[in-house]
Amino acid sequence: MNPLRDLLFDYTLRTVALGAGTLGIVAGALGTYAVLRRQSLLGDAISHAALPGIVLAFILTGMKSTLVLVLGAALAGWLGTLVVMMIVRHSRLPEDSALGIVLSVFFGAGLVLLTYVQKLPDASQAGLDSFLFGQAATMLERDVVVIAVLGAIALLAVVVFWKEFKILSFDPEFGASLGMPMRSIDILLTTFLVIAIVIGLQTVGVVLMSAMVIAPAAAARQWTNSLSVMVLLSALFGAMAGVTGALISSTAQHVPTGPTIVLCATVLVLISMAFAPERGLIWAAVQRRQQRRQIRADAVLGDLYALAGHHESEHAHDVTVLEAMRAGRTDVHRALDILEERGLARRDGTGGWTITRAGRAEAEQAGESGPDGQHEREGSA
Amino acid sequence: MTDQTAIEVNDLTVAYREQPVLWDIDLTVPAGVLMAIVGPNGAGKTTLIKAMLGLLKPAAGQVLIHGRPYDEQRRLVAYVPQRGSVDWDFPTSVLDVVQMGRYGALGWLRRVGRRERDLSMAALGKVGMEDFAHRQISQLSGGQQQRVFLARALVQDARVYLMDEPFQGVDAKTERAIVTVLQSLREAGDTVLVVHHALQTVPEYFDWVTLLNVRKIAAGPVDEVFTAENLRVTYGGRVPFHGSDSPLRDAPPAGGVTGSSAWMGLGGD
Repeated sequence: MNPLRDLLFDYTLRTVALGAGTLGIVAGALGTYAVLRRQSLLGDAISHAALPGIVLAFILTGMKSTLVLVLGAALAGWLGTLVVMMIVRHSRLPEDSALGIVLSVFFGAGLVLLTYVQKLPDASQAGLDSFLFGQAATMLERDVVVIAVLGAIALLAVVVFWKEFKILSFDPEFGASLGMPMRSIDILLTTFLVIAIVIGLQTVGVVLMSAMVIAPAAAARQWTNSLSVMVLLSALFGAMAGVTGALISSTAQHVPTGPTIVLCATVLVLISMAFAPERGLIWAAVQRRQQRRQIRADAVLGDLYALAGHHESEHAHDVTVLEAMRAGRTDVHRALDILEERGLARRDGTGGWTITRAGRAEAEQAGESGPDGQHEREGSA
Repeated sequence: MTDQTAIEVNDLTVAYREQPVLWDIDLTVPAGVLMAIVGPNGAGKTTLIKAMLGLLKPAAGQVLIHGRPYDEQRRLVAYVPQRGSVDWDFPTSVLDVVQMGRYGALGWLRRVGRRERDLSMAALGKVGMEDFAHRQISQLSGGQQQRVFLARALVQDARVYLMDEPFQGVDAKTERAIVTVLQSLREAGDTVLVVHHALQTVPEYFDWVTLLNVRKIAAGPVDEVFTAENLRVTYGGRVPFHGSDSPLRDAPPAGGVTGSSAWMGLGGD
């Protein structure tokens, strides 16, 4: 079968792709703030804390409609966050401990409730356990509507409170000094983060939902230095991971949705970590290599300059002399090629090397400002 | 204008978990002065500024800005936090950071527009950073970061400026730029409080000084209160007067006072 044709014509697949894409957009956009505020673990705590809310919502209402379960999840997730804040404020426990406690206690309570519900004679609870690892295939049009409406509210909040969320993430104390109610803004942002998380629980599951909050944002950070671009890119990455993962798991048999989506997001992170300009590992390796070559070339230039000092005339020097000066530790040929390319050294007919006028000037300048000269000048510019 | 009181602090006490960090501070600062706040590490200098800004809840005391409680006068006060208090790898530009100084005046729902942009560019010009407006903040040197923070306070167009160690670890050019800005603020009649470390530059840069060590030791014009004795009381007999970055030295022996018996020697002078 052809997944692309199915995406266009298969009603179920289209629904699944639409829902997963939407939740990816929302989680990606809101996740940007979680990552920038170093609150990655908060997303994990919220999603795990949501589990007892889902099961309780079912027990209390007897309904399995998405809206009811999402509401229960949101309340529990929000309560969990509140408990974290209270523990941090009123005890000496650091935030990560508070997050760890809330995550495990709420998740444990959720598992106990889930086990209890599954032992009930009534069969209507079937499928509730799919909230653990997510199940996209069961997504219906009305689920997508719930995801889209709640997600749109969260995205609208990012636009409306753009500068508030930005200053909260960058310098909350300065925001407070401006008279902005930073605590309320914090609660507001966290509330929308809770929304972004709970709308993904049915598809991705409570165990792995935090990855959808963190991974797209972490990948997006690699490519840009602008907050707005980062939010957009993160939303795009979230959508890509959501759609791809949901489609793979829906078309293949017995492949859980959550883990598949998360793996897709991980691929995006790996690609971004490797290939992004400036921040990527490959870019950094190339930079380092060029820098090392440059330093070696500069050293050889210094040698040429020293040699020229000894001989007043434009005397050419043999490569072996230069190699001896570097004690054989540098590829002098390559260094000389670089210098020649930059017009700092010249090869004469006999294969000897001479420093050029430009090379002399460069060497003198380097001698004056020292190895850090370049840096210092820029720093005080 | 100059005989007006810009800042009045009454009975300010701040404690962290029972431990007093600031004890019963009274401080009156006339408008139009440049005042340094000096004291040893842990003396509560940053705490004093944060408490004045309402960023810390004091155990007791009140702060008046131009005669009214701080809460009513927020718009008159600008703040320059320590440079290290934020993540400079945050994805944003220099201009963007400076514009944050206008967020309070803008209020909810309003977006940054041409006016904020123009004000911010002008502030960047005052600190010699207009060429860096579109740079990523991660590319700035320490001194440049400090000047960006100063520009962000300048766009607030305040009457009172509270600055936390703006001279900390900056290059000579930044130090000159900051001093120039401070002086132009004073000429405009504004009041500036600066947490400061380098004691040797206090008489040169400032006209008022507060000596602080949990309690207020002295406050007033530099030529009246910036005395060897007040410094000795403030620093507990160890005055890092020469060279701010060198480790604290013993004060010149006076009346048999040595570094190790500094506190005992306080009364013996």
